[in-house]
Amino acid sequence: MDWIVILHAGIASGTVLLYATVGEVLTERSGILNLGVEGMMLMGAMGAYWMVVNYGNPWLGLLVAMLLAGLLALLHGLVSIHLQADQVVSGLSLTFLATGLSLVFGEGLSKAGAVALLPRITIPLLSQIPLIGPIMFTNQSIMVYLGYLLAPAVWYFINYTRPGMHLKAVGEYPAAADTMGVNVYRVRYQYTFIGGMLAGLAGATISLAVSPGWFSHLTTSGQGWIAIGLTIFAQWDPLRAAGGSFAFGALRRLILDLQGPTTLLGLRNPFFYNPYWGFFLKMIPYAFTIVVLAVGSREAVRKRLGAPAALGIPYQRGQRGL
Amino acid sequence: MKFAVEMRGITKRFPGVIANDQVDFDLRPGEIHALLGENGAGKSTLMNVLAGLYQAEDGEIYIHDRPVTLKTPRDAIDNGVGMVHQHFMLVPSLSVTENILLGLDQPSFFLRLPEYHQQIALLEERFGLKVAPEAKIWQLSVGEQQRVEILKMLYRGADVLIMDEPTAVLAPSEVDELFDTLRSMTEQGKSIIFISHKLHEVMTISDRITVLRKGKKVGELVTKETSRGELAESMVGRRVLFSVAKSIKEHGAAKLMINDVHAVNDRGVKALNGVSLNVHEGEIVGIAGVAGNGQSELAEVITGLRSCISGTVQVDECQISNRSPKCAIDAQLAHIPMDRTGVGTAPSMNITDNLIMKSYRSKPVSKGWSIDQRESVKFAQQLKDDYQIIAPSLDTHVRLLSGGNLQRLILARETTSDPQVLLAVHPTRGLDVGAIEGVHRLLLEQRDAGAAILLVSEELDELLSLCDRVAVIYEGEIMGIVDESEADQIGLMMTGQRYPLEDIFSEGLDAS
Amino acid sequence: MQAESVKRRGIPVRIFTEPRIDVPKWLPITVSVGAIVLALLASTLVLRFAGESHPFRAYSSIAKELFGSWGGISDILVQATPLILVGLACSVAFSMRLWNIGAEGQFFIGAFAASAIVLTPIVPPDAPRWVFLPVMLLAGFIGGALWGFVPGFLKAKFNINEVITTLMLNYIAVEWNNYFIFGVWSEGGFQMSPRFPKAAWLPRLADYAREIPQFSGITIHLGLLIGPIAAIIVWYIIYRSRWGYEIRLAGDNPKAARYAGTPIVRNIILAMMLSGGLAGIAGMAQIGGVVRRLQGSISPGYGFTGIIIAWLAKLNPFVVIIVSILFGTLTLAGREIGRAGLSMLIQGIILFALIASEFLLRYRVRIERV
Repeated sequence: MDWIVILHAGIASGTVLLYATVGEVLTERSGILNLGVEGMMLMGAMGAYWMVVNYGNPWLGLLVAMLLAGLLALLHGLVSIHLQADQVVSGLSLTFLATGLSLVFGEGLSKAGAVALLPRITIPLLSQIPLIGPIMFTNQSIMVYLGYLLAPAVWYFINYTRPGMHLKAVGEYPAAADTMGVNVYRVRYQYTFIGGMLAGLAGATISLAVSPGWFSHLTTSGQGWIAIGLTIFAQWDPLRAAGGSFAFGALRRLILDLQGPTTLLGLRNPFFYNPYWGFFLKMIPYAFTIVVLAVGSREAVRKRLGAPAALGIPYQRGQRGL
Repeated sequence: MKFAVEMRGITKRFPGVIANDQVDFDLRPGEIHALLGENGAGKSTLMNVLAGLYQAEDGEIYIHDRPVTLKTPRDAIDNGVGMVHQHFMLVPSLSVTENILLGLDQPSFFLRLPEYHQQIALLEERFGLKVAPEAKIWQLSVGEQQRVEILKMLYRGADVLIMDEPTAVLAPSEVDELFDTLRSMTEQGKSIIFISHKLHEVMTISDRITVLRKGKKVGELVTKETSRGELAESMVGRRVLFSVAKSIKEHGAAKLMINDVHAVNDRGVKALNGVSLNVHEGEIVGIAGVAGNGQSELAEVITGLRSCISGTVQVDECQISNRSPKCAIDAQLAHIPMDRTGVGTAPSMNITDNLIMKSYRSKPVSKGWSIDQRESVKFAQQLKDDYQIIAPSLDTHVRLLSGGNLQRLILARETTSDPQVLLAVHPTRGLDVGAIEGVHRLLLEQRDAGAAILLVSEELDELLSLCDRVAVIYEGEIMGIVDESEADQIGLMMTGQRYPLEDIFSEGLDAS
Repeated sequence: MQAESVKRRGIPVRIFTEPRIDVPKWLPITVSVGAIVLALLASTLVLRFAGESHPFRAYSSIAKELFGSWGGISDILVQATPLILVGLACSVAFSMRLWNIGAEGQFFIGAFAASAIVLTPIVPPDAPRWVFLPVMLLAGFIGGALWGFVPGFLKAKFNINEVITTLMLNYIAVEWNNYFIFGVWSEGGFQMSPRFPKAAWLPRLADYAREIPQFSGITIHLGLLIGPIAAIIVWYIIYRSRWGYEIRLAGDNPKAARYAGTPIVRNIILAMMLSGGLAGIAGMAQIGGVVRRLQGSISPGYGFTGIIIAWLAKLNPFVVIIVSILFGTLTLAGREIGRAGLSMLIQGIILFALIASEFLLRYRVRIERV
């Protein structure tokens, strides 16, 4: 097993989670819970791939992926912000709708053959850094590098800018934000849209970069749900979200690769000789999420960290807040 | 400029009530003008009209002698009027500076907080409002949070400040600090409207006083030329006698025994520090104190909703502390909680389901594993009639009930089983005068029926008129227990003074 | 209660919304039916986009196919059978406002546990039907309940978000099943277990075609009976029993439930176990009545559909049956069209229409000229 290869691939597959998780962090920070990430990712993956198959331009594909997923998120926004529907149900409905849409309009795409993909780049100087260089900065997709920039940018945005401050206020105590003249509804729509666009990007990252192609619902294989889990694990912090995404991505890669070699740490590799044991390996990321969440929750309680106070609660002017 | 604010003939109606009826009010530049009245007299409504939250049906408002229309809080603040509400509108996870900057056009994108921290520190210095600009709101005490609210208004250039019952949440030392701040603000040309129902505070801080009663203006007085008695009379509308029909009968045995209880609050800070208190059969004992001195924690420990570190709570022979809420219920302890909608009722369940909350385990409502529908409806109908809960039907969701009806529902549920001990926490808060009387009557009835009643309240008048004895709690300790004749000591004890003072004297003698 | 008004520039009307105090009895059903009709109309547009040139003709041919024969109706009911049980499972959890997103996993583990009875074998293969079926039912229930216990326990004791734990347990359940399908019980290297002995099949009406010829081709199986029975039991538990009262109280206001002295920690765990158990029975019914072996593709997302069914039925167990039949119809209709995503897509549109229509139940909307 080549650790560098595993981590290199782990970073790439973690990037998918990173976009989706950071998007969900932004949405939830405004007080809107969107469980439709999986559907929006599928839509993004399908939309991007469809554009490339039909027009040959992956950049246009990215744009379309963001728009489609963003529009779907706005639908969830409308239903949960103005119509004050239950956000869990609305998010699940969005999953149905978006999955259905992407499957219907993605028919035939799986036989498309080779298409133009997003470029892979090696960064001149950074790739020379021992260990980190070959893992992080060599022959990675452009989306990976954008991901490196996205997480700290969003972190800075949330903590050190005026709109970021308004975002936090709206998610924590919408009534207070409203009386101070912040438009709670507009802010919530904005970040629901942005969260959707990032989920779309995550989907496009799969279909145009990480594992190119359209494999109907297997394209995302549940990563949208994992992003929702990571959002809680990250305690709504984009930097922690990035860390969690890369760790999760690497873990998934490691598990795939664990079954390859005949020996493991000098011993007979049980996973090679008992291929069915691999299913237990596949459980690890999910079990890991639960364990991490358990530990994280306790830490959150201790440090008084937690979900944005108004998460999932529709805001209505004139009702005393919280 | 003659007046900073002038309101003429303000009328504001709510469905079924006239909250303000042709009210005139004026505020001179640089003065503190108190708006005095009982709960529900229309003080807050009048000021919400001035702050742009409500629109009056009738009347004119002039600010600095110019007529204005105030449709939103934004309009009011643009005209220099800012209101500090009783419930703070602060985002807990943001810093002081961020809360002040919220919603403003500057800074436009990058926050550049250090710069603004400095600006705000300067503003704080000018008015003597001390609070660290970098601190997060959740780290601040209630008094500090209030200062942030005031700073928010000052930063927006308010020169008329409306303070809505600002002392209700403050400890006595904080009240003094607040008063110093208010004075320093008027010295610098700000004008202040001070809403309160507490006579002594109004006498201390104000220059002039306007008294409202049942939505009407009933007097405008110069503070120096009036007295507490005169104010009380015009506020209540009759001479105030500090007594009601009390029971003459002797109290029975001790029913509720609280023995050296220590407990912490939600933040893990010590909230109860060795509280001991007995309540006897047929007796009402009051707990007086400024909010946040351990009253709610005490109530929670008694009802089993909070565990205590040490000490015991007993009803008769039965030890109920550190067990479960069910234990307390089984020991026939009834509880009228402070938070009617958040704790006392299930808002989206119907009246029947809310009325059987304490009796669904016992016959006749319970039948084996099930709840007997016919019996529970019968039970609920009986209570609805007896306690005059007004609602279209028993199937009405209780979130649609008015405050008074909701409280009647809770009272009905809690008192129908003739409890041994009744714990009532702020049972009249937010109710109108009629409903308050009903609550008082019911408490007295329960007392006469032999219940031991512990009444937590911030209304001193209420405590004095209902209770046989009043215990004063301060920072989680009982400062002393007095009866009517020693009532003048209560105020002192609320500031942390112990009573009776013998212990201190004897210590003093020993030392000399 | 204050009326809110929205002013639109240029349009000489004002739209007022105000909360409804009471909802007329006829309103919910009217609004729901209206929403479904609107959604089906909107779906025709999407169908056109997706390349179906005559959407209405498609609708009518599907309707003829499904409702035109006993066979079609029986297929719908077979499709609805697992949905009813999963919908009931979710209703139980949601009554306490526990977001059990894990009915899917509980379904799989229920199916696994029932299979284990047959394949291990725990009950000897030549045992009679009246031994097999009750034991399988019980195993399905226990398996699902166990899968519900884990998130329930974590939620009750450590306040860990159940949405995530139940979701993750879904994936773990699938991998667990895969291990047995691919490995332990694989039949000749195929990804499925051997077929169960006949005694472990839930009897179908078609099995009696020799005696009653009308039954030939009718695939309705005994599982369909379990649904309504479970609905009655769930209804009794939630709306008539003391425990159900505690559950509903905690669902509406957890603080009030604590105040009323109910044992919340225990109830969370029990509610999740009952919920999981019902989903487990659904899994058992599906493999015992339809596929008759354990394999990978036993659920096209029943667990998730169940969430929506429970919500649409307002957690009412009897309405769950009706809504399940509606969803069974939709799924089959999608299958008739023969395109995988279409039924999901139309379900999604109907769902959004229904969610949006809820607003009309909570608010009265008035439009006035200015």
